[in-house]
Amino acid sequence: MDVGIVSYGAYVPRFRIRPEEIGRIWGVDGKGMGKGLMINQKSVPGCDEDVVTIATEAARNMMARVPGVDPKDIGAVYVGSESHPYAVKPTASIVAEAIEATPDMTAVDMEFACKAGTAGIQACMGLVGAGMVRYGVAIGADTSQGAPGDALEYSASAGGASYLIGSENVIAKINRTLSFTTDTPDFWRREGQPYPLHGGRFTGEPAYFKHITSAAKKLLAAAGAVPSDYKYAVFHQPNGKFPTRVAGMLGFLPEQIETGLLTPSIGNTYSGSVPLGLAAVLDKAQPGDRIFVTSYGSGAGSDAFDITVTDAIKSYKRENAPTLEKVLANPVYLDYGLYAKHKGKIIMSE
Amino acid sequence: MSSVAREWREIPGRYNLEGSKCECCGKVYFPKRDFCPKCRRESLGKVSKHKIDRKGDIFSFSIIHEAPECNDFLKPYAVVFVKTKDDVLIAGQLVDADLDKIQIGMPVRAVLRKLDSDGASGVIHYGFKFVPDV
Repeated sequence: MDVGIVSYGAYVPRFRIRPEEIGRIWGVDGKGMGKGLMINQKSVPGCDEDVVTIATEAARNMMARVPGVDPKDIGAVYVGSESHPYAVKPTASIVAEAIEATPDMTAVDMEFACKAGTAGIQACMGLVGAGMVRYGVAIGADTSQGAPGDALEYSASAGGASYLIGSENVIAKINRTLSFTTDTPDFWRREGQPYPLHGGRFTGEPAYFKHITSAAKKLLAAAGAVPSDYKYAVFHQPNGKFPTRVAGMLGFLPEQIETGLLTPSIGNTYSGSVPLGLAAVLDKAQPGDRIFVTSYGSGAGSDAFDITVTDAIKSYKRENAPTLEKVLANPVYLDYGLYAKHKGKIIMSE
Repeated sequence: MSSVAREWREIPGRYNLEGSKCECCGKVYFPKRDFCPKCRRESLGKVSKHKIDRKGDIFSFSIIHEAPECNDFLKPYAVVFVKTKDDVLIAGQLVDADLDKIQIGMPVRAVLRKLDSDGASGVIHYGFKFVPDV
């Protein structure tokens, strides 16, 4: 049985802020900071947007592209995020209701820093492959947190993408997936705390680079493949610098990662990061294109995927929902005051 | 604070524009109703669920400068009357739009957004708002 992506949809809020505007507030060279991180601007949610609304928009875009799929045939909805609006009360049940997949299905919220969306894809693959569900929905979405003045504030952004996983009319077959996981405390947010903390440079070599290269090398070996076998590659994008460097370490060329590298224009969408990068690739992909994907979640782990685009993409109704190029068009730029309001950083009177 | 149960009952309409249709005269209503005011007694038991099209055009609009507390962060904003593809008029908020570019006849579509919440600890209410359909 071929299990893979039957449909996908993406959404990014229309608001943006530039690093120089953030730097202006904290008295640092924001432009230089952005240049170092390879981030020109980042997305910001609207005042009435959160992970529920972002995930729903992405999921509705996904369903619009497969008008022949009955949402009642969806047996599982998983939403991966580290900014679920409720601590207790699932995002997934709200999204499932909004796409009319309820009630004969299972739903759960997932969290594994930036990789909960790809973990959801793997869980759906298992359920579909085992014949337990006909379709599963895996969503990665975030309205990421970064403490004011911290380096993360220049990157933490908002957006998400949704994937319909099944075995019928698969537009992109997932040939193989594997993961690499260890207990590495490089980034965390304690219960009830508004902002995460991180280990600074510790987030690099022993965390991001070790896990991505380990998962990627194991997948290449298991698939008997080399980087040049792939048309596209997508790596987790906490900034523009890390995925560019890890691609080089693994032997991928800049042109292989260019299409799926969205961080320079939207920042780090955390759980939405790799799902959005893959969506940007699927917006352009043609039958036979092979795609290499490796996510990373702090704490720490990586999920790697070997994907081949099928002939079914030719009859797939990609035009029924906006491509990422269209989603990202006509942004509205905010100053820091409006950004603070959008992010709920202003304490209001009761 | 609103009743959680009351808000819950309104979910089908608020999330997915579930309205109703009179099987006698074919008229579509939103929000849903159990009784057709045109067919009256004839319609009893003959009003079925009907999903309203999420797309439509602006029929009329107004810019709101004095907002209720739940929309304090969004003002000024537009409230629109939208004529949907099923010829139903629905009132709602228009967001993600440039206020000086809103026009009667402009195509819009319904999306899910936060409407309100019962304070910092209470339930969050989600429902439809309109955005430009570009």
